[in-house]
Amino acid sequence: MTSDASGRLPEAFLTPGGSSFMDFLAGHAPDLLPGRRSLGQGDLSSEVPHGTTIVAATFPGGVIMAGDRRATMGNIIAQRDIEKVFPADEYSAVAFAGSAGFGIEMVRLFQVELEHYEKLEGATLSLDGKANRLSALIRGNLPMAMQGLTVVPLFAGYDEDIKGGRIFSYDPTGGRYEETHFYSVGSGSLFARGALKKLYREDLSESDCATVAIQSLIDAADDDSATGGPDMLRRIFPVVGVVTADGYRRLPEDEVAALVDAAWAQRHERPDGPAAGSLT
Amino acid sequence: MSVPFYVSPEQLMRDRADFARKGIAKGRSAIALQYADGILFVAENRSPALHKVAEIYDRMAFAAVGRYNEFENLRIAGVRLADMRGYSYDRRDVTGRALANAYAQTLGAIFSSGGEKPLEVEILVAEIGAGVADDQIYRLTYDGSIADVRGYAVMGGAADTVAEYIGEHYTEGISLAGALRLAVDALGHDGTEVRELTPDQLEVAVLDRTRTQVRKFKRISEESLAGILSESSPAVDEKAADSDAVSDEGSSPDSTSDAGDSGESSAGDAPVAPPADDAPVAPPEDPDDDRPL
Repeated sequence: MTSDASGRLPEAFLTPGGSSFMDFLAGHAPDLLPGRRSLGQGDLSSEVPHGTTIVAATFPGGVIMAGDRRATMGNIIAQRDIEKVFPADEYSAVAFAGSAGFGIEMVRLFQVELEHYEKLEGATLSLDGKANRLSALIRGNLPMAMQGLTVVPLFAGYDEDIKGGRIFSYDPTGGRYEETHFYSVGSGSLFARGALKKLYREDLSESDCATVAIQSLIDAADDDSATGGPDMLRRIFPVVGVVTADGYRRLPEDEVAALVDAAWAQRHERPDGPAAGSLT
Repeated sequence: MSVPFYVSPEQLMRDRADFARKGIAKGRSAIALQYADGILFVAENRSPALHKVAEIYDRMAFAAVGRYNEFENLRIAGVRLADMRGYSYDRRDVTGRALANAYAQTLGAIFSSGGEKPLEVEILVAEIGAGVADDQIYRLTYDGSIADVRGYAVMGGAADTVAEYIGEHYTEGISLAGALRLAVDALGHDGTEVRELTPDQLEVAVLDRTRTQVRKFKRISEESLAGILSESSPAVDEKAADSDAVSDEGSSPDSTSDAGDSGESSAGDAPVAPPADDAPVAPPEDPDDDRPL
């Protein structure tokens, strides 16, 4: 597949071209691109696993992205410990809601796309440039989105120019929208966004921001059957990624466990979570 | 119609080899050196933008000397091959050996095909493993010959002289600072006159297995390079005396020619071995001769 019969590098590899891995695949091995496959007819949305809720929120000097661990297939829980939040490169994170298979493939392709550009050009793309590449990737998936295999990513990263975190959301046609402060996608996103509205403040510390993200996921799981809450029996907790000037870091399991345990203990007192004042 | 002159295949290959070697000999040298935590690359390169050393994949790097457009093309092909393999299989399935083989086949095919000009490049493919013993350095020449090198490898203009200097001072398990100082000193000992290279004349990168990221390749900036180099002083006096002694002793035609062709002006025809009739087409790949090729 990667070299011809003589073992020599194929001509396509030695032909000057752009710095995009997706464009290279389109010319040399189009079958590896997710959007180039033909599918059967009809709505396939209940036949394959779907990932559910993702939240992201900025704090001074960075951005947090968190996702629950559930994948559903119709009314079935397909997976309880799926991971939906990934590093896109050293200074950005990407997560997806929607068709899990395509979502994971899209994330892998996006990661290679950014790394490939970086290696060929000797420089990283701007955060907006990365966000636009992700748009192009989603647009390629449009035929499948029309059959219910939608993938809706959320992209966040540290922007060197403004020294802070930024969040980008997408629609299934590849539309790209920058969000301020916080955002959520997936089936439980309406509930998560409601919780974020009440809990979010601009001056949160990194760990408070992580707690807010976790609280909003618990609220989403409270009202959305497709979103998994913290699994206290199996100790399966949300994946929390942090991007700051020091790069992407996934919060270690025990740190997340401590934050979840604190939030959980508080909910024993008040099951709806922290209360916001009516006027402050 | 004129009858073409008969040229023996040996002569044809030798001419092509000489052509490639002359092109490479014009370039400044590049060094790859195993140290305790990885592999260090040092190249004399005055351009901050046109790199001789570059990342290929997580644990793999590429270094080259010769014609920039030719090795840049090979580098891009290598990145494409690695990314393609890593994407269609897994990141762990991208190996230096596979890449070195693909390069060897490509260089060999171009060298022996009558229609194409031989590439005037020499390249290194290096891959770090879990420990020093698992590190791999492959050295590839313009004709597709491939050698598996241990310890250190030198390519470019005065490769023999530089390699000789490293050979005298290299110890296994050397620290990064020690390896850097040794490589910079060695690059300065590429002729009769010892030069002291400054950070802005150097391109330095490492494959560092202690890095926590998946991608182990890292460039060392001019500032941190200056910092590391300022902690050790160049071993000028002793080395200068050393090299004097060597050239004094060396009465064999070989070493005199080495010393003689170090200067910039004569670099064009410098380290090319005199084409004796029985000279091999490629440099010998003799594992017993512990000098790297």
